[in-house]
Amino acid sequence: MEQLLQQFASGLANGAIYACVALALVMIYVSTDHINFAQGEMAMFSTYLSWQLMTWGLSFWAAFIVAVALSFVMGVVIERLILRPLHNAPVLSIIVVFIGLLAIFNSMAGAIWSYLIKEFPSPFPKSSFGIAGVIGPHQLGVVLVTLIVLGLLFVFFRYTPLGLAMRAAAQNPQMARLVGVRVDWMLALGWGLASSIGAVAGIMVAHIVYLDPNMMAGILLYAFASALVGGISNPAGAVAGGFIVGVLENMVAYAGNQIEKATGIYIIGNGEKLTVALIIVIFVLTVKPAGLFGRVVVKRV
Amino acid sequence: MAALLEVSGLKAFYGQTQSLYDVGFDIPTGGITTLLGANGAGKTTTLRAICNMVRTDGTIRFDGKNIRGMATEEIVRQRIAHVPEGRGTFTTLTVDENLRIAAYTRRDKQGVKDELDRVFAYFPRLKERIQQQAGTLSGGEQQMLAIARALMLKPRLMLLDEPSFGLAPLIVQEIFRILRRINEEEKVSILLVEQNAALALDLATHAYVLETGKVVMSGPSDVVKNDENVRKSYLGY
Amino acid sequence: MVSTSKKWALGIIVIAFVVPLLKPVFPDLISDYRLFLVSTMIIASIAVLGLNLLTGFNGQFSLGHGAFYAVGAYTAAILMDQLSVPYWATIPAAAIVCFIVGYLFGLPALKLEGHYLALATFALALAVPQILKYRWLEGLTGGVQGIVLMKPEVPFGLPLSEDQWLYYFCLIVMVILFWAAANMLNSRSGRAMMAIRDQYMAADTMGIDTALYKTVTFGISAAYTGIAGALSASAIAFVAPDSFNIFLSIKFLIGLVVGGIGSLAGSVIGGIFYVLVDNSAQSLAQFIRNDLGLPFDLSAYTVFGVLLIAIIYLMPMGIAGGIYLAYRKLRATRS
Repeated sequence: MEQLLQQFASGLANGAIYACVALALVMIYVSTDHINFAQGEMAMFSTYLSWQLMTWGLSFWAAFIVAVALSFVMGVVIERLILRPLHNAPVLSIIVVFIGLLAIFNSMAGAIWSYLIKEFPSPFPKSSFGIAGVIGPHQLGVVLVTLIVLGLLFVFFRYTPLGLAMRAAAQNPQMARLVGVRVDWMLALGWGLASSIGAVAGIMVAHIVYLDPNMMAGILLYAFASALVGGISNPAGAVAGGFIVGVLENMVAYAGNQIEKATGIYIIGNGEKLTVALIIVIFVLTVKPAGLFGRVVVKRV
Repeated sequence: MAALLEVSGLKAFYGQTQSLYDVGFDIPTGGITTLLGANGAGKTTTLRAICNMVRTDGTIRFDGKNIRGMATEEIVRQRIAHVPEGRGTFTTLTVDENLRIAAYTRRDKQGVKDELDRVFAYFPRLKERIQQQAGTLSGGEQQMLAIARALMLKPRLMLLDEPSFGLAPLIVQEIFRILRRINEEEKVSILLVEQNAALALDLATHAYVLETGKVVMSGPSDVVKNDENVRKSYLGY
Repeated sequence: MVSTSKKWALGIIVIAFVVPLLKPVFPDLISDYRLFLVSTMIIASIAVLGLNLLTGFNGQFSLGHGAFYAVGAYTAAILMDQLSVPYWATIPAAAIVCFIVGYLFGLPALKLEGHYLALATFALALAVPQILKYRWLEGLTGGVQGIVLMKPEVPFGLPLSEDQWLYYFCLIVMVILFWAAANMLNSRSGRAMMAIRDQYMAADTMGIDTALYKTVTFGISAAYTGIAGALSASAIAFVAPDSFNIFLSIKFLIGLVVGGIGSLAGSVIGGIFYVLVDNSAQSLAQFIRNDLGLPFDLSAYTVFGVLLIAIIYLMPMGIAGGIYLAYRKLRATRS
């Protein structure tokens, strides 16, 4: 029973990470109709930035804040310089550009900081924090930080004029212009925010999966699955999807472990996590593309 | 006195297709001008052209300033409000949010609140539904919301595209009454595009008639109202 | 235009056949290593052609063609390793297996457009190495260690080196495949394929069985790239799961975009291109590290990434498209 709780709690922690990355994906999708294939690599790069800052002497949280801020700028710059000129280009061109960004961020991280796996510190003290036997301090910290970030975002979008303008620009860009909103800048800000959220996820997860240029690939796949499960047009759905998928992933691995313990037969375990994510992705796309909370877009002939 | 909006030689294109060929008119400050014409004549395109929502050529001057080619949102910031076809309300946002977004460039919170009060004075029905999602409002209420939102921009010129469309006659009358009040009390000049020629000519002081992308007639609305061709084509008698 | 390009193609094929025979005359120029390198370029061209058939000519986006390449490679490897099937027979076997796999993937893909299909294939590409390492398949796949194979033997006692023979084998396969593709694309089927890419709704209402065309094209595309994979198993004499990761699919994408979407010649250019860059990047990286002393591990993928973006901006039709446009301009100014 205790182990089950542990797996559940661990699933929540993973889910928090997926929720963040999924939210970043959905934010960009809702405002631009594009899927940011480079989201994971951008987050990874930001995490390396924070590592570098800590190497230069900054404390964890100082490095966190600076890296997230830099990540914001990075997102804005990418949107303005690379994506804006292509906003009328065919879909394939844009997908290719995303893949290009993926390749650049991944290889640059490897080039600058090498492919050697590095340890990444946790800001959450080992002693007092966790709930013994159920959830460790870092995992609990991850869930708390995620909830705080999501809470701040919620407040921002719901209650501030800028957040309102961004929502309007995403929903109906033409009409938003007609009320004086500078839609182009709203898109850039959206990218900045998405990039920042990704950075938060990366910095939080690095302690668990260790820092290496390929650390976010699996997480990105799970974030896709989460966004699809929640409904790719629904930010709240993406967050819910993240937690659902996180817990599901852990439960499946746990079940597999138990079966192997009981019968000696290995069916599924930690080595199949990406495959499970793939199955979720294909399943949702073919059976229920709108996910749990999203809406299907009807194509007008 | 120079007109508030001067348009001359205006051409407009949807992609490669030309929609307006040589449109010219002047909107005087303070008046209500209406643009009449059959479907496809180019009325909506003209309003879109003023806000640079389509590719244009020609001259558009607002208060002496050349606005042709400016980004749509910058034109709007010159205090031109456009209430498009189909209202254009943000359906998933509340009434309150729809109104606030028009004021988002303002810094002063009290000013925004005062503005909201003034707008609700014209449209008390909206105040009752302030937290309701715009998409759940009736057609008439959405039209009111769209106009109210335009008012929040404190415009000097309001462009209205077929405000009577799909609405019951009583609601239309109420809305047109409010439009007249807005014109007189807020000193907002109005350019009104309407299919319902009779209503439009009653409200407006000046009228232009558009046919296949060109202005074919213009004048004070009582003159236009009594013109034989106009009566036959647009007024039905 | 078509006959000119046919003449060019024939000319190039003749040169391709004759030159390696001059190896005894120019042993340093036409070295085994170079022949091997060109063989990998041929294999790359076939792989890119596979992707081009699906994405360039039929409009279905695939970021996961590495998966089909892997299936082809492993099919060949398993047949050779476990059943002692001769290397040349693994090619049609891989083609059949990959066609089926591609067709099956094409069925759910019918419901997916643009981004969503890209997403599904991207997910597939990410998961491939894990699938290959799955415990239940280890008996077949050799797990993480992969399968070690033998390079093809030179047949009939021909006076050729192993690398020369490999080169000719790959060349023959390539000529057959490209010829078949050219015929298919010039036929009614080819036009239907392209109609589906350009105007999906119209093609549907015109009576083209779009579902059939799309799934079959998926199968054929997978078969082509799978054949390339099978050839690579023989050429490299080794298959292991981690070489079939997402970056392989990215390389195919580079080849597709740089060479030219929707162009046969472009597929060849693209294949040559990505092999060249891949190889040169290593020496460039060493130069930076050793000669310039910078602690900077340059990878081919930085170059690839930059090029992908640059091509989209500067030459979205790829090199083949650029050449075609230049050719058209030249003819226009002449007449």
